[in-house]
Amino acid sequence: MAKQIKFVQGNEACVEAAIYAGLDFFAGYPITPSTEIAELLSQRLPRKGGKFIQMEDEIASICAIIGASLTGHKVMTATSGPGFSLMQEGLGYAIMAEIPCVIVNVQRGGPSTGLPTHGSQGDVYQARWGTHGDHAIIAMTASSHQDLFQITVEAFNLAETYRTPVILLFDEGIGHMRERLVLPEKGEIPLVERLRTAVKGGVDFHPYLPREDGRLPMADFGGIHRYNVTGLYHDMWGFPSDSPPIVHGLIRHLVDKIHNNVNHIARYKEYHLEDADNIFISYGSAARSALHVVKSQRKKGERLGLLELQTLWPFPYDLVREKCARARFVLVVEMNMGQIVLEVKRAVEKPDRVVLANRVDGVFITDADIRNTLRIIEGKGV
Amino acid sequence: MAKPKLKAHHIIREWCKGCGICVHFCPTNVLELDSEDKVTVARAQDCICCLQCELRCPDLAIEVETQTE
Amino acid sequence: MAVKDYIRERFFPHMWCPGCGHGIVLNSMLRAIDALGLSKNEIVMVSGIGCSSRISGYVDFHSLHTLHGRALAFATGVKLSRPELNVIVPMGDGDALAIGGNHFIHAARRNIDLTAVVMNNRIYGMTGGQYSPLSGQGILATTAPYSNIDSDFDVVDLASAAGATFVARTTTYHARQITDLLKAAILHEGFSVVEVMSQCPTYFGRKNRLGSAVDMVERFKKITTPIGSKAKREHPELIERGIFVQKETTEYCSAYDDVIEKAMKGN
Repeated sequence: MAKQIKFVQGNEACVEAAIYAGLDFFAGYPITPSTEIAELLSQRLPRKGGKFIQMEDEIASICAIIGASLTGHKVMTATSGPGFSLMQEGLGYAIMAEIPCVIVNVQRGGPSTGLPTHGSQGDVYQARWGTHGDHAIIAMTASSHQDLFQITVEAFNLAETYRTPVILLFDEGIGHMRERLVLPEKGEIPLVERLRTAVKGGVDFHPYLPREDGRLPMADFGGIHRYNVTGLYHDMWGFPSDSPPIVHGLIRHLVDKIHNNVNHIARYKEYHLEDADNIFISYGSAARSALHVVKSQRKKGERLGLLELQTLWPFPYDLVREKCARARFVLVVEMNMGQIVLEVKRAVEKPDRVVLANRVDGVFITDADIRNTLRIIEGKGV
Repeated sequence: MAKPKLKAHHIIREWCKGCGICVHFCPTNVLELDSEDKVTVARAQDCICCLQCELRCPDLAIEVETQTE
Repeated sequence: MAVKDYIRERFFPHMWCPGCGHGIVLNSMLRAIDALGLSKNEIVMVSGIGCSSRISGYVDFHSLHTLHGRALAFATGVKLSRPELNVIVPMGDGDALAIGGNHFIHAARRNIDLTAVVMNNRIYGMTGGQYSPLSGQGILATTAPYSNIDSDFDVVDLASAAGATFVARTTTYHARQITDLLKAAILHEGFSVVEVMSQCPTYFGRKNRLGSAVDMVERFKKITTPIGSKAKREHPELIERGIFVQKETTEYCSAYDDVIEKAMKGN
């Protein structure tokens, strides 16, 4: 059978992938540049018996998907910066209560209402530290619609595997750009389904006691196991506790389950790293321009390489250190005042050789912008 | 309908916080707070099984067990 | 006692203060559930943050203790994703109507089949006695040391105007009425609101010199009257108790079933 090929916006690719992954509940609030995701899902979900609801705000949206996840559904919400700010409260709750969900942030320029119709990658740290308190988080991104599809499906898989919210940090450029998308066939990308407990009715069920492999089986609300879910520190039954050993154990668990699995969660692509003198590190739509520069300069004999990060959090420090070990300079290409560049500096052996190539005026970063930075570090002037 | 007859008052002493709501609202003055401010049955024979104490107990600490004759 | 079948006994005595009205609400609520013969597995209790919200930890149902003010938003997700469940949402007055006010009116507007219980003690108890949107003018609170200048909401008027299809009010003095109203509210298909005037002797009572818990419960008898009573005509300041709104209109989840049907036909 011929593959189905579509010419779609990134937001639509995200919708296709979410449906492919088994999404059956979406709650959201309209906000540029993510609105198409809600619009499309309001059409698509009821066609497969799923549910779409437009809530009164983004706070309510994330709360509603958490509630729906607890009844055993795969859930998602989508927003942009201002809405993502409002969602931080619910995000922390989902982290604490270990509830699988996917949160899409199609980034626009900030702070505040900022630049609604222009791209940015300014929410990288907000994804990491936007909600209060110590925690770990998974945040992923992609630079093409085909990758966006793959990464979106994987976001659902990781949410189920680690019982955690997963953030998809797309940006306006990717969200609104149209390009070719080949829809994978059923089974082509493996899906991780909800791990439900095998404990029988009447037997004590511990919703917050990890198995030996670290996974925590769940029980659907409405099923035979009644338990408590709270945003407070809690014991293995889910009941509030401020006992120091329980508090310590839980925060370690919440952080370790992600950080001990950095290598399993890391997704990336690499281009010409094997002989590269200078390496670009980029992600999301900015990586498209970075790749363009790599390809065009290689034709002129300049040995450039690109490490495109698809998992931003947990940050793959070891990977970045290894890949950049032989580079003279590392150029981090991103559309913000310098966020991932700081993590790259923390990762590599020579942080003074890490340089930022950025653009923050709402205009998509171009190959010329990146080449200018390259010329400066090579002492050629602009 | 036959009137319910008292079988027993069941009081969970550890749950009682001694607010006195049951004592106050008992129409026949059956209950008292003891020296530790816990509810105690002082005049069981006067109980008319109206459940005013049981229904209003904020601590869920009183049950009036009845039997219908 | 049948009530004991529905609680998590190991957490008793509960954490509420002596004489707190919230225990009476819990007591009466369990009797309503028992009388309806609902299975514990088909009940989800969703609460927010505050003294009132701790109620969800004490009941042996599926329990979801959420964020301050957000209980109805979480509950909307639970209910819409699994409409066959009975979802009960106990909230405090600040929880439901200050930080949660927007969720409250929108849940009412949608007429989604949730049972919202507003445990109204007119104060923030857990944080130590600050005024709430239901305190009203002239009330003393730790954040209104010169007496409160904020007007209060009337929960019944607000819920009715926002579109709730079952709206009722009673007090902790009227324990049997709490049970009766909750039975009717749970059975009602649509968004139902039951306001229970509840006493906080520790903060509201002490600050406002209303006496002991007993005095406060007695006061509920004096300051309220059944809807449309003669007493109300003679003393308009009395607060009415009973069912104010009870009407059948399309419930949200069943309306969404129609959306699904339409969408599937169009496929």
